[in-house]
Amino acid sequence: MKIIENRKKFFALSFLLILLGFASMVYHGGKGESILNWGVEFTGGTALKIDIGEAYAHDKLSEVIFNITGQKSAQIQDVIGTNEVAVKIQSIDSATRTKLGEAIKAEFPLSDIKSSADVSGTVSSEMQMAAFKATLIACFAMLIYISIRFKDVRAGGSAILALLHDVLIVIATYAVFRIPVDNSFIAVLLTILGYSINATIVIFDRVRENRDKFKTHEIAEKINKSIGQTLARSINTSVTTFLTVGAIYVLGVQSIKEFALPMMVGIIVGAYSSICISGPIWYILLPKKDK
Amino acid sequence: MKIKGRLMLLLMLIVALGLSTLTYYGVGKDKRLSVNDIKQGLDLSGGVDIVYQADKETVTDEEMSAAISLLQGRLDWSGWTEAEAAREGAKRIRVQIPGVEDAEEAIQEIGQTAQLLFADEEGNIVLTGDMVKNATKQVGATTSGGASQPYVALEFTEEGKQLFAQATAENIGKKIMIVMDDEVISAPGVQEEISDGKAIITGNFTGESAENLAALIRAGSLPFNLTVLQMENVGARLGADALSTGILSGMVGVVLVILYMLFTYKALGFAADWALIIYIALNLTVLSLFHITLTLPGIAGIVLSIGMAVDANVIIFERIKEELILGKTLRSAVKIGFSRALPAIVDGNVTTLIAAAVLFFLGSGTIKGFATTLIIGIILSMFTALFVTRVIVNSMIQAGFHNPKNYGFRVK
Repeated sequence: MKIIENRKKFFALSFLLILLGFASMVYHGGKGESILNWGVEFTGGTALKIDIGEAYAHDKLSEVIFNITGQKSAQIQDVIGTNEVAVKIQSIDSATRTKLGEAIKAEFPLSDIKSSADVSGTVSSEMQMAAFKATLIACFAMLIYISIRFKDVRAGGSAILALLHDVLIVIATYAVFRIPVDNSFIAVLLTILGYSINATIVIFDRVRENRDKFKTHEIAEKINKSIGQTLARSINTSVTTFLTVGAIYVLGVQSIKEFALPMMVGIIVGAYSSICISGPIWYILLPKKDK
Repeated sequence: MKIKGRLMLLLMLIVALGLSTLTYYGVGKDKRLSVNDIKQGLDLSGGVDIVYQADKETVTDEEMSAAISLLQGRLDWSGWTEAEAAREGAKRIRVQIPGVEDAEEAIQEIGQTAQLLFADEEGNIVLTGDMVKNATKQVGATTSGGASQPYVALEFTEEGKQLFAQATAENIGKKIMIVMDDEVISAPGVQEEISDGKAIITGNFTGESAENLAALIRAGSLPFNLTVLQMENVGARLGADALSTGILSGMVGVVLVILYMLFTYKALGFAADWALIIYIALNLTVLSLFHITLTLPGIAGIVLSIGMAVDANVIIFERIKEELILGKTLRSAVKIGFSRALPAIVDGNVTTLIAAAVLFFLGSGTIKGFATTLIIGIILSMFTALFVTRVIVNSMIQAGFHNPKNYGFRVK
């Protein structure tokens, strides 16, 4: 395995993918849209209370909403024991609101829009800040643990940098595919972090074990060898994990697909960063005299 | 030896079947501890929807967001980490809580203003709840020779300490009333000046009600009273097919993983699959036991954890393979494989566990919920992948199933 020797190619590829995400954000920002497709849970939106007047099918209503607003993931909740329904969608302007009202009336003749109000996000900016802080502290705690266990702060540092890499690429996926950023966004990022750090540690563990089998200046060989020795594991675990998420993607409903797609990307990226990114970063961080 | 191995395998079979039966049928009429007993989130099964209105002429944005984050804190504290609170219009707050059995009690618990006051006998306010630094439930005798009972211990801030000392000095021989939301909950007599900044609230508390009161005081008070405008039961946000396809895709994923392991690692894969079934059943039982609310991302998370649960076994099996290639006997290759793989597995899982613990203690809402399922998943998967798989593999070898070929490797 010539991972260390080819590090510049790997870095370039990662850089390109991350750049793609930023380019997409700039492009949409330039068009006057939001840089990411924020879901109602983050930015809030419009809440409608509609009395349908008769029994109805969820899918019909969500189809009407999609046709008028282009939103695939409207929240539609029945009010139990009535024919009323509570709908939450991303903010729409008044012209679209009027059109939506007409379309609903056309589809459900007995319906009546009883109220419409602006709602805030359920994930407030304070909660977002708290989540961000908690994640930073969690990364710092991992950095300390890895540094102690591998007796090298550079090991911890490169593992965390590899994580940052994964997060950026997963966010790029959300940006490029305009996947709604909602509660599951946080779950996806955190799951990928856990998955990727695990994969990196398996490789670093092998480097630790191979410490005495190589001379001091053979660091590149040592890291390459360790990555090679753990490659079967890296592939098999990625396959099993990918199979489960892949099944979810293929069989799931729309909202599940929106969750499973970035997860699949994250699994591939997490495996890739463990194999091709974390080792080279560790190598670069090591002092010149050791190489 | 053969008999011992076979008995052990039989025992493991009983464990796997027993746990699977438990997750399917549960205990008793309520199907307790079964899959059906697991709480479902707003997306899967809906819940109660409460609209509050601020009981005040005009409210500022700051007051509204303070009120919402306070409600969110109370929801988290009550274990409803998957509940949601959002501002609607100018002065309304909509709260949705999944899987609530008693809506009235929920309203009672989260909607209290929780305004704590200390007043003298004339009704002059001497101190307010925002000067309380900490409130904790304690149990003990509150009068000399009195019976042991739960009470709430308060600790004041520096400002509160001085005001309380002044108030107690001025009211020796009189009473100081502790008022919560316009209701006197305790009115102790003052014997002497209290200058250490500490006070207690006694009353007819149970352990739980004392804990509740302490938590309410800790969380702080709402900037205004909330009146309930409307309360409804609402259905699932995702269509009925979301849950069923979620479960179906989960099962398909599990079957794929089982087949892949069997194909790749033969007899070892068989042992890992066996342990995996025990892991899944255990995980579902624990989710049900701890009343954890499952959302759609939660289900996906569990399915993902299944993919990752076999990871430890993959690491071990690759090690066993290496040892077999080096020419070790099956028995010693298994032994060395498990011990060589241990540091990587422990370090990987402990690192994730540390991160999950930080998220649990610092995160709120859905993050706390996510951290909980993650912690459960890591601990259980380590147990099944390290202990259960090892017992099964060793028992299979003991029981006479020890041709290395069946363990998937061509040994020269």
